[in-house]
Amino acid sequence: MSNDKSSSIIKPTSKDVTFIIKRSNGPGFSSYWEEFQIPYYPNMNVVGALMEIQKNPVNGKGEQTTPVTWECNCLEEVCGACTMIINGKARQACSALVDKLTQPIRLAPLTKFPLVKDLVVDRRVMFDNLRKVKAWIKIDGTYDMGPGPKIPPQVQEYTYELSKCMTCGTCAESCPNVNEKSKFIGPAAIAQVDLVNSHPTGALMKEERLEALMGEGGIAECGNAQNCAKACPKGIPLTRSIARVNRQTSVYGIRSWLNR
Amino acid sequence: MPNTYFWRKLHSFLGLFPIGVFLFEHMFVNSLALKGEAAFNRGVAFLQGVPYLWLVELVLIFLPLLFHAFYGIYIVYLTKNNVLSYTYFRNWLFYLQRITALVTLAFVAWHVFVLRLGFSGEISYAAVSQTLSNPVVTALYVIGLFASFSHFANGTWSFFVSWGITIGERAQKTTAYICAILFVFLTVVGLKALNAFV
Ligand code: SF4
Ligand code: FES
Repeated sequence: MSNDKSSSIIKPTSKDVTFIIKRSNGPGFSSYWEEFQIPYYPNMNVVGALMEIQKNPVNGKGEQTTPVTWECNCLEEVCGACTMIINGKARQACSALVDKLTQPIRLAPLTKFPLVKDLVVDRRVMFDNLRKVKAWIKIDGTYDMGPGPKIPPQVQEYTYELSKCMTCGTCAESCPNVNEKSKFIGPAAIAQVDLVNSHPTGALMKEERLEALMGEGGIAECGNAQNCAKACPKGIPLTRSIARVNRQTSVYGIRSWLNR
Repeated sequence: MPNTYFWRKLHSFLGLFPIGVFLFEHMFVNSLALKGEAAFNRGVAFLQGVPYLWLVELVLIFLPLLFHAFYGIYIVYLTKNNVLSYTYFRNWLFYLQRITALVTLAFVAWHVFVLRLGFSGEISYAAVSQTLSNPVVTALYVIGLFASFSHFANGTWSFFVSWGITIGERAQKTTAYICAILFVFLTVVGLKALNAFV
């Protein structure tokens, strides 16, 4: 690996990887594409390439530039922090292997979240949405509530899949109905409602969650493009969850109207 | 005031009942033309003899269509399509659902204006064939029929998902095949009936 900071033009060698990165200093600044030639090493991933740029921030024209800003954390596709658009599709930079990508590799920040800088976006809305639908199970109390209820193994198996969600936002990015014009809550929060509603203790708050999903921006704004389930890196059956919660909200809506 | 959920479900429901049912009824009456001019004219006369026709038309056709159309335009507006990055089949159908929505809306508005609201005189086989004697009009009808039928068939598939009726992948796949058959059936019936007038 060369750490040579000389400003002489870096000639791409066959062992260089070309990256074209969409950059911006943040909201209010215009964005531009910058090209980088990065020395290849075996089993390199996109995060590794970004680290190379950080060490030696020289662009493809050989000019000194600012290092590209990005986020990462777990480096094993469980935190979601490094989610960005790689060659047109949202995915995690840590699990994106250079060998498996067509070059030049284009990196861009997610478009459905407010931009912070370069490849960093603010995914806070993902967590706000979980709060909106109360995607937790209330077990705190002032006294011992006794042992938890038994959960049938089939339910455990199904909900385990849903529990893998890392709030990365890939599903929201892929969804045509999540955008600046719509208030749609997006697939992830709906799957988490499915998760906690499937739990016997969680189900005690089922109706509050369904109510939250029946307002503006709720589940009915899903238009069944079904990109989310295909895009989710964790293989979460999002469209199944959405349909399951659709059934819960439909039944709940009709029943509560008849009981009013 | 009903919530968003209610209006969305109403939009989806109206697409099938009564609009979808009306679509079938309309294709049935059109197909009477295959049995000859007189049969078609008798069918039209029967429909025009329905008591409280204006009320039936208003409640079962115009109001549902208007709501479905205007709320639908809003739904189309809320979308930001991305079929070029996410090239999945369903995503394409989702996109086409919005394209066919707009084409169908333009077609139905024009069709209703020309042959119903702005039409003076009696609707008859002769009058319809007269309208369709222009090949451009016939071509626009063919486009309009394709758009309406595919919008209806794919909308039916979505109806089952968004009401929470089809949940599993296999159930959704099976209804997709059924809706595809529905589309082919309506297209054949619709085009044959159209052909009976030209
Ligand atoms: S459902 Fe999948 S794509 Fe969506 S936030 Fe969770 S892990 Fe990411
Ligand atoms: S760094 Fe955690 S998912 Fe990539």
